[in-house]
Amino acid sequence: MSEVKNIKNLKEFSTSADRFEGANLLCPGCAHSIIVREVLNATNDDLVLAASTGCLEVCTAVYPYTSWDASWIHIGFENSSTAIAGAETMHKALKKKGRLKQPDRNPKFISFAGDGASYDIGFQWISGCMERGHNMMHIVLDNEVYANTGGQRSSSTPIGSSATTAPAGKISYGEKRNKKDMMAIMAAHGIPYAAQVSPNKWKDMVKKIQHGMAVEGPVFINAVSPCTTEWKFDPKDTMNIADLATDSLVFPLYEIIDGRELNITYRPKNVVPVEEYLAAQGRFKHLFKDEYKYLIKEWQDRVDEKWAYLQRREEARI
Amino acid sequence: MAFDKMELREVEVWDGNYAAAHAMRQAQIDVVAAYPITPSTPIVESYAQFLADGYIEGEFVMVESEHAAMSGCIGAAAAGGRVATATSSQGLALMSETLYQASGMRLPIVLNLVNRALASPLNVNGDHSDMYMIRDSGWIQFDAFCPQETYDLNLMAFKVAEDHDIRLPAIVNQDGFMTSHTAQGVHTLNDDVAYGFVGEYKPMNDMLDFEHPVTHGVQTEEDWHFEHKARQHSDLMTKVMPKIQEVFADFEKLTGRKYNPVEKYDMDDADVCVVCMGSSVETAREVATEMRTKGIKAGVVGLRVVRPLPFFEIAEALKGVKAIAALDRSSPNGAAGMLFNEIAGALFNTDTKALLSGYVYGLGGRDLTKAHLVALYNELQANADAGKVTTQLQQFIGVRGPKLAFL
Repeated sequence: MSEVKNIKNLKEFSTSADRFEGANLLCPGCAHSIIVREVLNATNDDLVLAASTGCLEVCTAVYPYTSWDASWIHIGFENSSTAIAGAETMHKALKKKGRLKQPDRNPKFISFAGDGASYDIGFQWISGCMERGHNMMHIVLDNEVYANTGGQRSSSTPIGSSATTAPAGKISYGEKRNKKDMMAIMAAHGIPYAAQVSPNKWKDMVKKIQHGMAVEGPVFINAVSPCTTEWKFDPKDTMNIADLATDSLVFPLYEIIDGRELNITYRPKNVVPVEEYLAAQGRFKHLFKDEYKYLIKEWQDRVDEKWAYLQRREEARI
Repeated sequence: MAFDKMELREVEVWDGNYAAAHAMRQAQIDVVAAYPITPSTPIVESYAQFLADGYIEGEFVMVESEHAAMSGCIGAAAAGGRVATATSSQGLALMSETLYQASGMRLPIVLNLVNRALASPLNVNGDHSDMYMIRDSGWIQFDAFCPQETYDLNLMAFKVAEDHDIRLPAIVNQDGFMTSHTAQGVHTLNDDVAYGFVGEYKPMNDMLDFEHPVTHGVQTEEDWHFEHKARQHSDLMTKVMPKIQEVFADFEKLTGRKYNPVEKYDMDDADVCVVCMGSSVETAREVATEMRTKGIKAGVVGLRVVRPLPFFEIAEALKGVKAIAALDRSSPNGAAGMLFNEIAGALFNTDTKALLSGYVYGLGGRDLTKAHLVALYNELQANADAGKVTTQLQQFIGVRGPKLAFL
């Protein structure tokens, strides 16, 4: 049985044993490293980790260095989920055969991937892992863009965002499509646990990660990861942007248990207008021109509608 | 013991797929991650049945694509245990990205590749297009000519690949349908003897050793990438063939069945010879014997190890021959065939000044008949008599329409 780590306060949390070193090449102000530290610090159990090709991978395992003080694997862009599923399967096999070197340990198997590697190119692999019931957790570091390669649009890029392959221009407001609803798709697999998290709400994050580690079976986590480089805000403002994301309800924090039971886990006391969230980021700058202001209104309507839907789902317990 | 042993007759009637499945069962693989594709499907079906009947203790995962199959195999192998899978053709093409990753990460996975044509046009039958496509992927490649060899080479592949001096993945090729679905007598080893030969898996840099965390699959750019690739090539060029020879010798001691990187048939005094792979080797041997009754000193060279290429063994086997035919079962699509080029390279700086011609045959499962080979040997004899290649350097055998010849 693994022990649930008891975390008293942020100071203790931020200084607890660190299996992801600060020595990495991620941008100053990158939320990826904050989220990864929060996830890893949520447990004292052994970890087997995977990362898809992307910012996290290229910045943390550049030979002959590694930022990982836990076993870690990277294969390619689309398959961190399946890599960790393979490792989890081997653990199961060796346990059955009595060949584990440390049979008393209770390792956790976690794959990290960006939104491009999860919503787009790795979609099928994740779906396969969720369907087959591996005892693993897949965590999306969702910065809504292919950040590692310079800001190309993914199916997580929100409408109106300017991306390098969907740029705003004289006759365009940038990305034309709404963000894909991965939480709904993953929950539809009937997995025991799916949750959306944000690095600013670290207690909520730890609770969800610990819940995810405690359940048997596949777990999907979507973590909003504000990107100083592609969202275009000052590196010191990462947590402010995350606050705006959760408090405007653009990124509502909720969980779905067994594909059915939906719980909202954070209700902002003062809901911030979506406009404030958008205004804080350079990628939405063009939306504040007169001709595109209607998009901001539409966006607010969409957020309100989704929030109402989540509340109805929560209330209905279905 | 959590699984049952199977009682086998000394000689079983097995096709190549079933022979491979039994070898996989006997090797007590820890994880098989696979996706079915014709003509390799019966391997994973048989393996699933063995599992369902209690003959397998390891884990078996049917994933959602061949790319995922090899991705899962890589994750499992990095975790530290014996891993294998099977595929063919389009499946291999889909997993080709991960093949380079598996070998670059030095993970000893065994892959049964049941050779099949590559679309388009779509075709499920046997040729060597898939084998050729990934020949530079850094995998060790064995070639079986019949079900018996498929069985034997599977057992040997684990032993070569998993050796701590080697740590490279290995492919066992067999011809789709011609070998995979053709039943023949196969001499078996009992389960204990077979497993005893393969040996226990000894982990190395395993992710499940929590006292020694490892980082697999790093980033290297122009500063280190070349050194890693050079090291892998160096090991393939210097360490793998001696290990293969050692394992072949061990296997011969155990079974009396002798394997060689290059399989020679009637080559001691041969004037003319055919170099080929797969089930065609056996057809060519039969025809060579018949040609000798007609006064043509014919021989056959079959390539048992495709990678690493037995460069010097090929030259040695062809020493003193007057005319050679290289038979490629894959369209070179704008060049001489792979075997033609490899043989030319192996002979170029030697004293053997044989006449070399290339033939493309059997695409998409088209038969290579004995009549084709009789004509071919006669052509080689004509070349030998004339002291020059009397045809064009590259000809197509058995294709309808006007005769195709190039170069």
